[in-house]
Parts: sequence; C-alpha cells; structure tokens
Amino acid sequence: MSTETTNPLVVPAPAGADLAVHVRGLHRFYGETRAVDGVDLDVVRGEVLALLGPNGAGKTTTTEILEGYRHRDSGDVSVLGHDPANATGAWRSRIGIVLQSAGDLGDLTVQESVAHFAGYYPSPRDVGEVIEAVGLAEKRTTRGSDLSGGQRRRLDVALGIVGRPELLFLDEPTTGFDPEARREFWDLIRMLQGEGTTIMLTTHYLEEAEVLADRVAVIARGRVIACDVPSRLGGRDESLATVVWREGDVEHRTQTHEPTREVTALAARLGGEIPGLAIHRPSLEDIYISLIGDDSEDAS
Amino acid sequence: MTTIATAAPTTKAPGAISLGRRRVSIELKQFFRDRQSAVFNFLLPVLLMVIFGSVFGSQQLKPTEITFAQYFVAGMIASGVLYTSFQNLAIAIPLERDDGTLKRIQGTPMPKLAYFVGKIGLVFVAYVAQVTLLIIVGKLFYKLVLPSGAQWFTFLWASVLGLIACTLAGIAFSVVPKNGKGAPAIVSPIVLVLQFTSGVFFQYNQLPQWMQQFSALFPLKWLTQAMRSVFLPPEAAVFEVTGSFELGKCAAVLFAWAVGALILSLVFFRWNKRGQD
Repeated sequence: MSTETTNPLVVPAPAGADLAVHVRGLHRFYGETRAVDGVDLDVVRGEVLALLGPNGAGKTTTTEILEGYRHRDSGDVSVLGHDPANATGAWRSRIGIVLQSAGDLGDLTVQESVAHFAGYYPSPRDVGEVIEAVGLAEKRTTRGSDLSGGQRRRLDVALGIVGRPELLFLDEPTTGFDPEARREFWDLIRMLQGEGTTIMLTTHYLEEAEVLADRVAVIARGRVIACDVPSRLGGRDESLATVVWREGDVEHRTQTHEPTREVTALAARLGGEIPGLAIHRPSLEDIYISLIGDDSEDAS
Repeated sequence: MTTIATAAPTTKAPGAISLGRRRVSIELKQFFRDRQSAVFNFLLPVLLMVIFGSVFGSQQLKPTEITFAQYFVAGMIASGVLYTSFQNLAIAIPLERDDGTLKRIQGTPMPKLAYFVGKIGLVFVAYVAQVTLLIIVGKLFYKLVLPSGAQWFTFLWASVLGLIACTLAGIAFSVVPKNGKGAPAIVSPIVLVLQFTSGVFFQYNQLPQWMQQFSALFPLKWLTQAMRSVFLPPEAAVFEVTGSFELGKCAAVLFAWAVGALILSLVFFRWNKRGQD
C-alpha cells in the first residue's frame, strides 16, 4: 500500500513522532477522475505543514476527507486518533477549520458571529481576545456583509480558532490580504504554534509556506510527490547554484556545485572586486515549479 | 504579541437544547435583518391582504352577510403558514448550502439537530408575528371576527399541524433547487399556484372541479378550510364543497403530509453541495 519509500523526494516524518494526522494509500475517484490517487501523508503534532499543489491536484479533496466532509474510496486515515468518516462532536471540538471563501454570516456582526460559534465548544477562547488577535477589534460591530475581502478572511480565521483546536486546517487563509495583514496573520500562526496547535496549511503563496511551515508537502496528480523541510524540498540544498557576474558589458552566468571555488577563481582572474556579482540558489518557488512540471497549468 | 486566554474553562460540551436555543436566536436575527427574507416571507402576505382586501373586500358572499375580505383573510392566515415555513425554508436552505453556512456549522461540534431546532423556532416565531399582524390588519380594516371558544382550539391545532407539515416539506424540498440563486424561481410559483387553486384568492367552491381535486392533494387547501372554520361564522359552511369544514379530514391530511415530509427529509436531506461529498 505505502509508496513513500519508492520516492526519494518524500522524506517521511521522524520515526516515532507523535502524529496528529496519518494517511496511507488514500484514494478518491469521481467517475473516471482519480482526484486522490494514493496519498500518503503524516502531520507531526505541533508542526505547521504546508500543503502545496496546483489547482485540481487533489489538495481540497484530501483536506476535506481529513476534515470529515467527504468520504473516501480507500485508504487509512487517522486524524487526532479518529477516523474522520465517523466524526463525533467530541472529535470536532478538537479541530478547527478555515474553509476557502464563504459568503455566510453577512447579516451578523463580527462580535455576534464569533460569540455564537464560541458557544458550540466546550472550552472556547475569550471572544474579545480572538477578535483582537485576528485584527478585527475595530470592526466588532460591523456586519459580515460590510467587511472587505481580507476582513472576511480574518473572521473566518477567528471562527476557526475560537474553539481552541488542537489541529487547525487553514485553506488558503490569506487570500485577499495586503502584505501588512499577511504579516500580522503570520504572527498569529506563530503564536498558535507556540501554544502547541498543529496546523495544516494549504496555500498558493510559496513565501508563506517558506516562512511558516516546518515541512512542506507537494501534491500533484492526486499524490504527494515531494515532502520535506522547506530548505531541503526537492533537493533544494544540493541543487546547483548560479553565479552571475559582468565582464565589460557582457553578463556571464555559470551553474556550479562549488560557488565558493568559482568566485575565488573569478576574483583572482578579475583582480579583486567582481562586477555585478550575485549567487542564486533556487527559491522554493523554483523547486515547486520544477516539481509539478506540466501540472502548473491544470484548471481546478 | 498577546496570548489568547481560555474563557472560564468548562469541560462539558454544550447540550443540544441550549444550542438549539442559540440557533433560534441567531436564525431570528438573520431572518429579520435580511431584507429579502423579511419582505418576501413575512410582509408579502400582509401586503397581498391589503391589496386584495381593498379591491374585492366589500363584495358579499350571498346569501350570507360574510364579505369576501373575511373569506380572504382566513385564506391569507393559512397562506402565512406556507410562507413562513415552506417558502422560507425551501429557499433559505439551498442558499445556506451555497454560501457556506451548512458547511461551516458542519465543521463544528454543533449537533446537527440543533440546526433544525433553530429553523423550527424561526418558523414558529415568524408565524406568530405574522398572524398577529394579519389579524390586527384584518380586524381594523376588513371586519375580521376573532375566533371564540372551540374555534381557538381549531386555530391552535391547525396552525401547529400546518407549520409542522409545511416546515418538514420545506426541509425536504430544499434538495430540489440546483442552487440557492434559482430556488425562489422554483419555490414561489408553487406557493402562488397553490394559493390560486386552494381557495385563497378565489372562492374554492367556484373553482373548476379538476382544480379542486388537484389542490386537495396539497396541505394548503385543507389548512385554508380549517382557517375558514376559525374566522368565519358557522353558516359559512355552505360555501364548502361538501357543506362542511371537514375538520377531521383536514387534520388527517396535514398529519399525513407531516409524516411523508419527515420521511423524505430523513432520506434525501443533504448538507453538501452536489458532487462535494
């Protein structure tokens, strides 16, 4: 069943780690379409795992199976020790879900919505502090329909964390955020992680994954094709560095495993300062694009 | 950076009854703040009553002294049951399935029953408020006679049984519209046609026989008949097809609809959009 040993790019979670999510051989078909085609995935307790992948790769289907919204055709799934296909209220009170765009709650104020949802949980966070933490303190009495797109997302996040979840699913949480709001949100995620919350984050922003995630998993064609810490994903740490410099008006570039030796040689040849010198390692985005290959144009 | 403290820690999960109460209050807030639902489901019957009452109201139903306005008010009160329960829910639930309401609450520990408790509470409160308004307008402008004695009892059971049947029918019907946007275009014509054929806008015993037989399959005809027994004097029974208000039959039909709609709801109700489960 398990295929993780056959793909060197998928680095398993540390042996013996306490797992919040454990998935093996997950399949889900829609007619002829193999939306999820053998996903293996572990999320370690207390970590932030970023799930990346093109639209239509199976991210949402996988996440929604873990959240107990969708059923699966085969595979073993354990979320906080329970099978989400048999979701109970007690299990649900331990997870928090921030779904993609929703249009509900337009007629309720921020305060009313957060207070209402807090009432569903056995041990909720303080309503006022949650509103403060997501940065909506000044919009407390504003109705949902009068919030901007980014403010609505903050409300979604508030409702996802008000129950004090052990495991938080975030599906593209920062869509519509301006850069400052995104940074505030990252602080909030770090704070939640500091409290021990396990977070599974789906995002299209590679920078966000790099900043927040302890590990990154890339899904394409219905399976996990790579999984590792961001700095090593897809052999990123071992890949060629590009050295760029200028001689006269001509820009030169060369790819090397030994950039230091290259630069030393250049310095000797050019006699001191090297004009226009830069050394690039592939960014997470470069690695991601090369990993998903042709799938990048897939429609959702 | 601030940390978020836990409010007074309670280890017990909130019970279904207290959550049901919370759902009722949130449903009411949303219903009356949403202009579309408040006008469409709540005020429309009142408006229709004023318009129809003003145009045809003074016509007398010979050989009695009863005016068409009185006949019509009884029908509008019966229609109020249909508006606040069936039309309200058959439109609101598909909308909530589309806009993420159902998905969001499904992801919380809220017992699913609490959602329906909220809807039922909303329907009952909206109906009581609407019927009060209809009775006040009817009394002030259209010589509506308030029920007395046993008529109150009929009013009570007909309202409750009608609300239960039509609420369950609305929940069951919520799976029919493909999406929330299209729901009003399917649901309101049904309500309107039933009003025309069930003796609300026209006198029932003057309708073509096929139309009478058609509408006798649905609850509104029987509800309207029961409401006429409540708000019209006993001699109005001559305007019934059989010369009687047939209250036993009214109760039986409404009860059968309640049972049937409950079964359909249990079998067919869906929380997720099509293709998303």
